[in-house]
Amino acid sequence: MTELLTDAGLSKDFATFLTHLITAGAVATVFLLVPIFTIWLERKVSARMQDRLGPNRVGPYGLLQTIADVLKLMTKEAITPANADKVVFFIAPILMVMSVVLIVAVIPYGENFAPTDLSIGVLYVIAISSLGTIAILMAGWGSNNKYALLGAFRVMAQLVSYEVPMVLALLVPVMLAGTMRMNGIIEAQDSIWFIFVVPVSALIFFVSATAEVGRQPFDLLEAESEIVAGFNIEYGGMQFAMLYLGEWLHAVLICVITAILFLGGWDGPGAKDALLTLPIIDLELPVLGIFYLAAKSFLIYFLHMWVRFTVPRLRIDHLMGFNWKFLVPVGVFNLLVVAFAWKIMPEPDSSSLGDELPRALVVLASNVLFVMLIFFVIRDYARRERAKVEALVDETVYAAASAGD
Amino acid sequence: MELNEWAFIGAFFMLSWIFPAAPVIINKLIAPNRPTPIKRETYECGVETVGDTWVQFKVQYYLLALVFLVFDVEMVLLFPWAVAYNELGMFAFLAGGVFILLLLEGLVYAWRKGALEWT
Repeated sequence: MTELLTDAGLSKDFATFLTHLITAGAVATVFLLVPIFTIWLERKVSARMQDRLGPNRVGPYGLLQTIADVLKLMTKEAITPANADKVVFFIAPILMVMSVVLIVAVIPYGENFAPTDLSIGVLYVIAISSLGTIAILMAGWGSNNKYALLGAFRVMAQLVSYEVPMVLALLVPVMLAGTMRMNGIIEAQDSIWFIFVVPVSALIFFVSATAEVGRQPFDLLEAESEIVAGFNIEYGGMQFAMLYLGEWLHAVLICVITAILFLGGWDGPGAKDALLTLPIIDLELPVLGIFYLAAKSFLIYFLHMWVRFTVPRLRIDHLMGFNWKFLVPVGVFNLLVVAFAWKIMPEPDSSSLGDELPRALVVLASNVLFVMLIFFVIRDYARRERAKVEALVDETVYAAASAGD
Repeated sequence: MELNEWAFIGAFFMLSWIFPAAPVIINKLIAPNRPTPIKRETYECGVETVGDTWVQFKVQYYLLALVFLVFDVEMVLLFPWAVAYNELGMFAFLAGGVFILLLLEGLVYAWRKGALEWT
């Protein structure tokens, strides 16, 4: 496409810049339209799981419901509370969407088809998604509302805590692939997906990613029944829609990233050869790669939804305890176990399945042993706790009985 | 090539705030704007709010942020270790293991001190 623009008489630097700008616009637009579909999907799936019909009036199967909602929000008055910190209040929703849109820049769709393939791709994703936390804190603080501030504090505590196990789990694919490049991680999964090599890391990542995007059962930042809506309570109109959009987009993107890290991303049978050459701009579109990536992401998204509509919300002390006393130690030891198991087998001669399999099996076996050890420790702990409670019950019952005599 | 990748991020950065800002501004233009004092009140439960919102908060949030800081710095230092792990020998495992366990000791200390209890 750069050639096309230079032929049209532009200087090379400007043409490159313009190409970048157009690509960025195209990619971001496509991703911003995804939530319109996923919101409909989520409402429909939740309805089915709760034995309802869900949206079915606007358009076929209610598909246009989200568009109708957006149009309604567009005409709503945007009220800024008199006490609010106006600048912070205004910037927060914009920063929220911005933080997620920037992640889109490093998502690869094919062998040579990524908006940009940064050498520090994974670290970039972590760094940028932290911006969203700041946006939520700004929304909660700027609203000058007690519910909003409570929600913002919970966000800080939760997102900041769950980032630790998430990154610890994410270090494992980086270590196995030996690179932080998104495409490098996908190529390393050419013969065998990482989820079959390090299932424990995949599970830790899945759980902490759910908390990171603030979805049930980790939705304490919103908790409709406790703090009404949390940080977005004072927002209305399009500003509310932007906060909402940012959250949904983050939920979708975290699924895409899980698919890339553990399920082989765009890779699949024939993905490298199925190219569709677009006329005029001379772009080779990896149709099958995009399809595989979308299919894997939606599989994980469906799992997220399934968990969401099945598990009740946690209490905040349980939430923090689960993270710091269980997920973080497990994540740390998991990293050590995988690092050790990965080193005891010699490096395979080629990356074919047959050569890779022995080492992968050793790592998988170490994972299984590790899970058994965790279960053993938890069972031991639970038995001790139960004995303690039973002793306490006995004491009170007997004390009451002897006092009655 | 390297610089080109980051130039793209720059282009993305310039565009990314337009996407959310445009709908918000269009909303401001086409939606009615008739603020009244009652409409602009802080929402709580129907009654006027009492007292200041920006007050002192639970110290637990602060303690957790401190514990997080230890781990966040640890992880930034672990990324280069993880990337180079395949090319290094068994010594890398030992060095990394000692480093990780030292920081785990920080978690154990915080745990014993009761910084992780939510009471």
